[in-house]
Amino acid sequence: MIKLLLAGVPRTGLLMLAILLALFVALPFFVSDYLVTVLFLILYFAFVGQAWNIMMGFAGQLSLGHALYVGLGAYAAAALYVHFGISPWIGLWASMGISAVAGAIIGFLAFRFGVGGVYFAILTIAFAEFARIGFDHFTWVDGSSGFFLPVANYTENDLWNLRGSTRMFYYLMLGMTVAALLACHALLRSRAGYYWLAIRESPEAAQALGINIFKYKMYAVVLSAAMTSLAGVIFAFFYNNLFPEQIFHISRSIELILAPIIGGVGTLAGPLVGAFLLTALAEGLREVMLQLGVDVPGVKQVFYGICLLLVVMFLPDGVWPPLSKLLGLDRKTPDREG
Amino acid sequence: MAALLVVDNVSKSFSGLRAVQDVSFTVPAGEIVALIGPNGAGKTTCFNLIAGVYRPDQGEVRFADQRIDGWRPDQICRAGIGRTFQLVKPFAGLSVLENVTVGALNASASVPEAQDRSKAVLDKLGLWSKRDRTAGALTLPERKLLEVARALATGPRLLLLDEVMAGLRPTEVNTMVSLFRELNASSGLTILLIEHVMRAVMALSRTVVVLHHGQVIAAGTPDEVTRNPAVLESYLGEEAL
Repeated sequence: MIKLLLAGVPRTGLLMLAILLALFVALPFFVSDYLVTVLFLILYFAFVGQAWNIMMGFAGQLSLGHALYVGLGAYAAAALYVHFGISPWIGLWASMGISAVAGAIIGFLAFRFGVGGVYFAILTIAFAEFARIGFDHFTWVDGSSGFFLPVANYTENDLWNLRGSTRMFYYLMLGMTVAALLACHALLRSRAGYYWLAIRESPEAAQALGINIFKYKMYAVVLSAAMTSLAGVIFAFFYNNLFPEQIFHISRSIELILAPIIGGVGTLAGPLVGAFLLTALAEGLREVMLQLGVDVPGVKQVFYGICLLLVVMFLPDGVWPPLSKLLGLDRKTPDREG
Repeated sequence: MAALLVVDNVSKSFSGLRAVQDVSFTVPAGEIVALIGPNGAGKTTCFNLIAGVYRPDQGEVRFADQRIDGWRPDQICRAGIGRTFQLVKPFAGLSVLENVTVGALNASASVPEAQDRSKAVLDKLGLWSKRDRTAGALTLPERKLLEVARALATGPRLLLLDEVMAGLRPTEVNTMVSLFRELNASSGLTILLIEHVMRAVMALSRTVVVLHHGQVIAAGTPDEVTRNPAVLESYLGEEAL
């Protein structure tokens, strides 16, 4: 199984991954709570970026409404916990199920009736907006006044109910990010992975080669939605408050696609690299501004904008493809195996 | 020999323009049949009707004794018809090997099996040395070969070739011709080709079907059709006489 998952990764790449993983595991022992939160955010954006990347990077379907799945996932697990005391480990299945159904509905409407490209992106925004407005009036989860999870002083980490310290959430997120990376690596090397890339590059040619493009596009949307909703579950239990105006907002959808775009759409390392660059640099900038005593609201958004502009202008494929070449990690097929 | 493909009285109009009118022809199993005619005669429309891109307004398309008109292109590919596109459609961002592997998955149970299959096809077409190249970086003749490789990798019983030799140099045409001959002879692959390069048509096909204004105006051996006055007038030109 492990052998299968790691197949095709260059030796130097494996070594770098191992060092990186060790670093991520060890870091919380040496840094402040604040830095652990920053690291948690990096992993969070790497994870949702990876999930979004399945749809856009692999299958070529642009979603600008992924906040929908984060929100649905968050609300489902939080509501089950608050109203019925159901553990988020059970609630997450409901989160994934609801998000998968939402993804399937959007996918079906779009792919069945030939809505593609920009129009598909608009459809995804529309559904996120429906949810935002709908949840404002959804009294079971307290509508627009916000839904709150009970916060008490926990003396120890309660992993089963996801009540605990930043470090617990950090390690959970680390596990999820690693799992997502491995899963996407395996997916890319599977039949579905090949079919998605083919559909992304040329749907007509893909269909002529025997690929049921409707079916495989649906797989991509459903999988991406379900995966994204897991990030929503973590979001709900980490922040303990949910507001429809925030969680379903289009700015959230945009925020979560920046990492893969800057790192490299369609690449496995892209979301992680992008999340690291964006979050680390943005937080670094904040620190510097704080030290200098300058307080400019919205500086983070401006910074994101500049990063995006620079990447689009000078590295249209993202940071990772040229970086991987620099590190000698671009793959080659062996000439002839025995 | 039994007919593998039967096109029976097929018509297709595009907003009033009758692109294909009552076209009938058959492709016997194991043969190479050419579809020729001037530009706009309806050859590519015919292909698209067979390959499932369009649904005929009337008439039937039968493949291996099964009606396939109205099926989706992917269903038709899985039934055993591989096609190339006149305007090549490589998966530009993928490597040559990945391009062919996508096709090979149609006939393989697993990815490793598909990769082995692709290797064999790339070897046969002389593209193995270019396996790691991005398809978008290939030259036109290489892209045409890749188009053929991908279609072949799907494991078809019938291969539809849409002007794969257009724009190739004479030596490249010769290579392609001998390749298709060899495929036809060794594995009994049936081929239906649209071609303007008459030298290739003459060298390859046993039967030639001539389309003009969406209708079949002649069909027969290459010798017969090239002597047919209607064909000479509409397509090959008077000077060929």
